Amino acid sequence: MGKIKVAKGAPRTDMTPMVDMFMLLLTFFMLTATFRPQEPTQVDTPNSISEKLTPERNLITVYVGKDNKVFFNVDNGEDSTMHVRQEVLKNVGAAYNISFTPEQLEKFERMDAFGMPIENVKAWIDAPDNTAREALQTGIPVDTTEAATSELANWILYARKANPRAEATIRGDNTADYKAVKQVLDIFQGAKIDKFNLVTNLEKVEVKLENL
Amino acid sequence: MAEIIASEGGGKKKGKKRAKKFSTAIDMTPMVDVMCLLLTFFMLTTAFSKPKIMEIVLPEKTNEPSKTEIPKWRAVNIILDENDRIFYYNGLADPTKPPIPTVIETDFSKDGIRKMLLERNKVLFKQISDLNNDVLTGKQVMSKDTLDQRLRNLRTYDDVGPIVLIKATEKVKYKNIVDIIDEMAICNIARYSLTEMNSFEEKLLAKAKRDIAAGQTGQPN
Repeated sequence: MGKIKVAKGAPRTDMTPMVDMFMLLLTFFMLTATFRPQEPTQVDTPNSISEKLTPERNLITVYVGKDNKVFFNVDNGEDSTMHVRQEVLKNVGAAYNISFTPEQLEKFERMDAFGMPIENVKAWIDAPDNTAREALQTGIPVDTTEAATSELANWILYARKANPRAEATIRGDNTADYKAVKQVLDIFQGAKIDKFNLVTNLEKVEVKLENL
Repeated sequence: MAEIIASEGGGKKKGKKRAKKFSTAIDMTPMVDVMCLLLTFFMLTTAFSKPKIMEIVLPEKTNEPSKTEIPKWRAVNIILDENDRIFYYNGLADPTKPPIPTVIETDFSKDGIRKMLLERNKVLFKQISDLNNDVLTGKQVMSKDTLDQRLRNLRTYDDVGPIVLIKATEKVKYKNIVDIIDEMAICNIARYSLTEMNSFEEKLLAKAKRDIAAGQTGQPN
């Protein structure tokens, strides 16, 4: 009579197919990865039915957070040899009599959205770590006084000069006040931009005339 | 004896030089571990759903008042107020030209503002959805560019649909503005604009709110 043999020791699984699949997926993700940009503040964007994708480049992005704080970002344009960010920072700094070292300019070029009065930008660039950096994100002053245009207006103006093809994009939070957003829109219109991209999440809505 | 052994041993060695049997299986567990880790990392950091954008174009800022006359029968004014309230009135409010329109409250739901807008915009909405349906079902074959062009033409030459003027009071949240602009897109409204409220409209709105509050408490106005 045949005896059923019980396998001794740990059973071996052939992991080759799994490894193959992993390798494939890993390659796919590595090649398609575009990293999520770091956001200066948590922004929950409203929903809309628009299916238009955000352009990758040539954007002037203004964030309006929950507490109506305003943050600003501009990208490096078509290619990094244009050094758009460096130029923007240099010119805005010059407008407020603040000069930056070449190292600071270079570091700034690789950084992301920010929001603080111009005198704190230096500290933000040189901050040792992210927590110190976040503490400095207090929002860009937007109020225009009679004596001077607001800092945001200057950022937008010089960003537009450095990259005339840049489009205005607004990332507003659901709970931000329209008044704050309107102020930003007005500043953009002051820089002769009348077309805006409002960042939204996709939402499906079915409407039929028969339902009326 | 010695000879025989030597010959036997020699014969064996010469005949089959068998390589030692190594197991070819490599322990792949560490590799799998690392790959799993990397895979998870890339999957989580990839911005998969790219955010969408909604385009709006605001009228250019000039000091001259706009000269475009809005026909009274096409005008619809939407006033947004705090706490997600929404009001509308038809026609134009001009204290010098009575009758003064009544301000009606509605809401952001499907049967609220959308129903009102759809009813006003029935003609254009039907044209657009018919065209879209024809393309979807294959009755008409055209490229996407042509379709876009034809949709744009339908919107440009629309002369019966409403012209919506969107106004907002001070404390409105950004979400409401996006919602109402989105509602324009849903209802395929060809012409709409974000404008400022004038003082007469503020009075109208205040009166409407008073009336509604009085109606709710059941007290005579």
